[in-house]
Amino acid sequence: MYKYDEYDQQMVDTRVAEFRDQVRRRIAGDLTEDQFKPLRLQNGLYLQLHAYMLRVAVPYGTLNSTQMTLLGDIADKYDRGYGHFTTRQNIQYNWIKLEDTPDILAELATVEMHAIQTSGNCIRNISSDQFAGAAEDEILDPRPYAELLRQWSSFHPEFLVLPRKFKIAVIASETDRAAMRLHDIGIKMVKNDAGEIGAQFYAGGGMGRTPMIAPLIREFVPIHQLITYAEACLRVYNRYGRRDNKYKARIKILVHELGRDEYVRQVEEEFAHLLTQPIEPPLAELERIKAHFVDPAFDAAASDELDLTDPDFRLWVERNTTPHKQPGYIIATVSLKPVGGIPGDATADQIRLMAKLAKDHSFDELRVTHAQNIVFPHVRKSDLYTVWKALDEAGLGTANLDTVGDIIACPGLDYCSLANARSIPVAQKISERFGSARKQAEIGELKLKISGCINACGHHHAGHIGILGVDKKGLENYQLLFGGSEGADTSLARIIGPGFTEDGVVDAIEKATQVYLANKQGEERFLDTYRRIGMEPFKEAIYG
Amino acid sequence: MVDVQFRFRSDDAVNDPAVTVDSIGEQSNATAVRIEPGDDARELLPYLDRLALVEVNFPSWTDGRGYSSARILREAGYTGELRAVGDVVIDMLRHLQRCGFDAFAPEKALNEADAKAAFERWENVYQATAIDGRQAIWAKRHPAA
Repeated sequence: MYKYDEYDQQMVDTRVAEFRDQVRRRIAGDLTEDQFKPLRLQNGLYLQLHAYMLRVAVPYGTLNSTQMTLLGDIADKYDRGYGHFTTRQNIQYNWIKLEDTPDILAELATVEMHAIQTSGNCIRNISSDQFAGAAEDEILDPRPYAELLRQWSSFHPEFLVLPRKFKIAVIASETDRAAMRLHDIGIKMVKNDAGEIGAQFYAGGGMGRTPMIAPLIREFVPIHQLITYAEACLRVYNRYGRRDNKYKARIKILVHELGRDEYVRQVEEEFAHLLTQPIEPPLAELERIKAHFVDPAFDAAASDELDLTDPDFRLWVERNTTPHKQPGYIIATVSLKPVGGIPGDATADQIRLMAKLAKDHSFDELRVTHAQNIVFPHVRKSDLYTVWKALDEAGLGTANLDTVGDIIACPGLDYCSLANARSIPVAQKISERFGSARKQAEIGELKLKISGCINACGHHHAGHIGILGVDKKGLENYQLLFGGSEGADTSLARIIGPGFTEDGVVDAIEKATQVYLANKQGEERFLDTYRRIGMEPFKEAIYG
Repeated sequence: MVDVQFRFRSDDAVNDPAVTVDSIGEQSNATAVRIEPGDDARELLPYLDRLALVEVNFPSWTDGRGYSSARILREAGYTGELRAVGDVVIDMLRHLQRCGFDAFAPEKALNEADAKAAFERWENVYQATAIDGRQAIWAKRHPAA
């Protein structure tokens, strides 16, 4: 894992001092709320319906146990004893006091954490593959490149007030687990025929009210030009992205309005110019960063056997684990979606327990996934039963990864001042309706995503089933969408028809799963069956 | 005209009236120009030799196009005064400076002590902007590279 040097530490400490000064000026009245807002947002501090919310960055979703433990302690000390893991691989606290925030940031800085650029119209926390460094199908580890980009994008003087927020994802596997093409810039690290490492760039993807899948803008950016090319992409966007309408300000609109080819032409022109400027870090810097991401000391003699005699354990292993590149080890995903729970929430005790288990059994590492779960990336197979037992006793043993119970939901109208409808209670009702492990196993993989407004923080466009909450004449109404997907087969979900009440939408989903089970061929997932038979049979069952 | 509150140049102040970007070609004796957010700073490149002052207007500090304009001019070799005018706020002073601004004329005068602290706050930086004379952190980490 990356470890700060004196410079990194100094940057974070300086930010704490700066933010403390900004809060002081706000409280003294030197800054109005209007003036303070863009400043606090660049530090992840939102004003929600009931309180301030602080979003803490987890760069590319990677944490160690010391950091995770502190996240639990902050939940106890400054919040109401829990934290909420987000779809951007971060964590947020929903009940924060403004005057506490400088102290929280100072505590975070002691474990090399911060809230820099977790919000605001700037380059946000870089996201990545939650299985990086562990996945079997990895071309290489994407995290060193994400770290290089993190440093480049932190306090970049030219790009702090972009037209709109800017999200970058970096992956380096054939399987895309980070919804890479639904980002403002998606980067896939690749090797060319000569075996050289480079970056494949996609630009102009995103969700929100105008969902778009990012087109490929460059097949291969040589690794020694990565930062320069990213800078060119950002400069064209900063200069020409729309600023007249915040709903048309994301880069996806610029790429769409210019056309992919014209955007590429402008980027290439800027790139050619920027190559004449001494802005690219030397490869030695990348090598320095890479040294932090060497494999942990795996035991080559570790047994590859798993004892699956406990049927509950077997179910969890089948559902929540993924093969590891190293024989004798396995990747385990902890579901933060217990039946009837709030997706992504964990109590302070649960957070500290996961930290402890990671320290003892996963080489001190954890990952946050964009599906709001936690990963132990390197568990020895012989330790797995012990890990699962401890998780299960703490209410963290739910075996429902990627099933209908593993719902992604935004905070919705329970917390968010932008929302039109509540998301959490709908998620809870669906989770209860499909609560039985047998039912979930029968339905198999079904990615269900809920957003409480068209800003789509719950990624409903990318759900096999998506739910969009809207306000209909003062009543919450839920629209249903089918057929979305992220990853290699990225597609956008389409609305199926008129909306439903909260209970109505749960009934409709149950009917949809019945149509699937009745029509499923072989090993088809819900999404495959839907793609094969089309929307009609589902509409008939739901509205007929 | 709004006063220049901070200036980091040793030459004499320039107070020539600025013309717009689209008229600089015709105004062959103009030595000062004002860039608005929607203007293309590259249109000024043929005239850099005779310009002594470029004002970049920020009607709102949250419109960041002026940062790119400034860097583009400095990257092209412009050495005259580059002045940020309009809604210039304390918390962006250091970043403006890193993009090449060396004079600041905020619409509303800024608190001197707060501004001084802001200019001095960031001892180190992650990026090389090629124009502020500062070494990026990566350059300090690899002095030989």
